[in-house]
Parts: sequence; C-alpha cells; structure tokens
Amino acid sequence: MSAPVPAAGSGAAASPLAERRIALVDLLDRLLAGGVVLTGDLTLSIADVDLVRVDLRALISSVNENVPSPFEVR
Amino acid sequence: MNSTTDLRYVYAVTRPFDGLPPEGARGISGQPPRLVRHGDLVAVVDAVPAADFEEGPLKARLEDLDWLAGTARAHDAVVAALATVTCPVPLRLATVCRDDSGVRRLLEEGGERFERALDRLDGRMEWGVKVYAEEPAPPAEPASPRPSAGAGQARGSGRDYLRRRMEARRSREADWGRADALSRRLHAELSAQAEAAALHRPQDAKLSGVAGVNVLNAAYLVDRTRGQEFADLVHGYAEEGVQVRLTGPWVPYSFAGIGAEDEPPAGAATEPGDGTQTAVRP
Repeated sequence: MSAPVPAAGSGAAASPLAERRIALVDLLDRLLAGGVVLTGDLTLSIADVDLVRVDLRALISSVNENVPSPFEVR
Repeated sequence: MNSTTDLRYVYAVTRPFDGLPPEGARGISGQPPRLVRHGDLVAVVDAVPAADFEEGPLKARLEDLDWLAGTARAHDAVVAALATVTCPVPLRLATVCRDDSGVRRLLEEGGERFERALDRLDGRMEWGVKVYAEEPAPPAEPASPRPSAGAGQARGSGRDYLRRRMEARRSREADWGRADALSRRLHAELSAQAEAAALHRPQDAKLSGVAGVNVLNAAYLVDRTRGQEFADLVHGYAEEGVQVRLTGPWVPYSFAGIGAEDEPPAGAATEPGDGTQTAVRP
C-alpha cells in the first residue's frame, strides 16, 4: 500500500506532529551525512567524525562513562 | 551579539545572486544570514556564539537531540529559502569558521569542488524514497481451553499454538521478501529515471517511529521540471504488506559532495538493504 508522506524538509508546509517526528530522521539523514564536507584547519567542523555514531548516539542515548564519546581529540 | 567572539556558521555556497536572501530565511541566530563573497562564489553565513559553537561545546550540543533538531531545521530553512532565488550547495551541519577571512579561505580552498557541485545541482532537486515491510497483524488467538479440558484437547491446542507461530513467521518473511523485491524493482526504475541515486542507511524503527522494517532508504537527483513525473512514478508502486513513502523535494544534500568526475552512473548504486552508503563522499 502506498502511503506518501507530504513533502518534508526544504521549505515544504509543516507536517502533523507524528509525521514531524519521521521527518526529523529524514532531515538528519541529509544534514549529518549529506552536504559538502571540508576538512583542515580552516574550519571547525564535525566532518571528521564518524557520523554513524553521531547519528545513533544523539538519537538514542547520552554519552556516559560506559558509552565513550565518538569524538577524537584533535 | 558580539562580532569579536562570534564564529561564522556556513549554511551553503552559491554563485552571486541579485537581491537579498529571501524573507523567511532566518537561521540559527534568528537573523537573516549574511553573504560573504570571494571571487565568483558566495558563502551564506550566520554569526553564532563561540560559547555554543567552539569545538568543545559543539560536541556536547550534538549529543542533545533537541538542539540537533532545532539546528538542523534552521539550517534547512535557510537552504530551502535560498533555493527559491539561486542554486545553493548545502554544507554539512555545523561547518563553522572563525571569522570572515576564514570563510573566504573556505571558498578559496573548496573553490573547484563548489564549482563542480553548482554545475551538478543547478536546476535539480532531491527526492527521498523509503520502502517498509509492514508489521503483519498478530494472528487471531482462539479462546484458551477450559481447565477441565481432556488431555487430547490440550495436545491439540499446543499444536495449534505452534502452527500459528509458524504461520506468523512465514507471513513476516513473505512480507520482507515482497518488500525486498519491490525495493529492487523500484530502485532500478528510479535510478534509470533520475540523474543520480544514493542510498542512506535503513532507518531504525525506534528512531523513525514507523512500524515496519525499513528496507530501502534512497535519494534521487531529478531535474526540477520532472519532479511531478517522478513523484507519480513512485506513487504507482503499491503492494500488499509493503509501504512506499516519498519525501521531498529537498535541496540535494545527498549529492552535494559529488563532482562530475567521481559520480557513479545512475543505477550503479550497491544493492538496496545492505546498509551501505554510496555516491555520497566527502
């Protein structure tokens, strides 16, 4: 069964609350794993970070002593 | 706002365009973004407090779902507003420079990549397509046998229980099989119709709130003029036990990192459902 979601993100009309939660995951698929990435000392950026860990960690739990930070010390 | 301690959050890069950033493009700071030009490129930036966006505090913020959500939405709002007046090449979330000269260095260093991305993305939008195998309805449970039931009846209900379990499992596997087969057909057809295709990791049901297993999570780069045709194609895929969801149009985040010379041909993405990501590289 096809259940199209109204256009979410990038300027579309606001979605109902339930769909807004789904749309957030779609947004993060793009903002955390898409977009141009530049590295180097010209920018502060999370570009070097393992984005899978940022993605899941931010959404599932907080970092604590049992769950090490995904960030490398630069 | 103190310009000596503010950093520069960079949303996107564009070519020079007429007029101001469109109304409604208020970003993270609540103010309309500023344009920093260097040569033939423009960075769209916002002044953000160092207290929040220096590396240390930024890492903590990224662990906070509410902050992450608010920042991502503000970033996308700016990018979407830019798309109404120019072709924005979006940057990944949280690209921050120390000051305007740092922004100009970003444009200088990334110049060729931005130029390639502008050529690639101009006049195109991104559509997201996800396929789910729906959770089958639990099988109807008959009334449990009364305590005074004889031994024969008890053995029968045990067999019934096992049979129901096996039927439920077969039903679930059949649904996954159908969703997988539909995903492969759909991805092949959409990849042929689009200019490029990219696969994202399947979404976790706990995070998306969608009941059902996400079997395909794909993005397609499509010329603006063909968007409706593309959407109609997706809506034509329907099957019992399988859910197909379309999102978009998006500014093409999933294709911003691709230059013409390292883009895979349409349809060459890896198999759907194996969890890898293709066609999106730093």
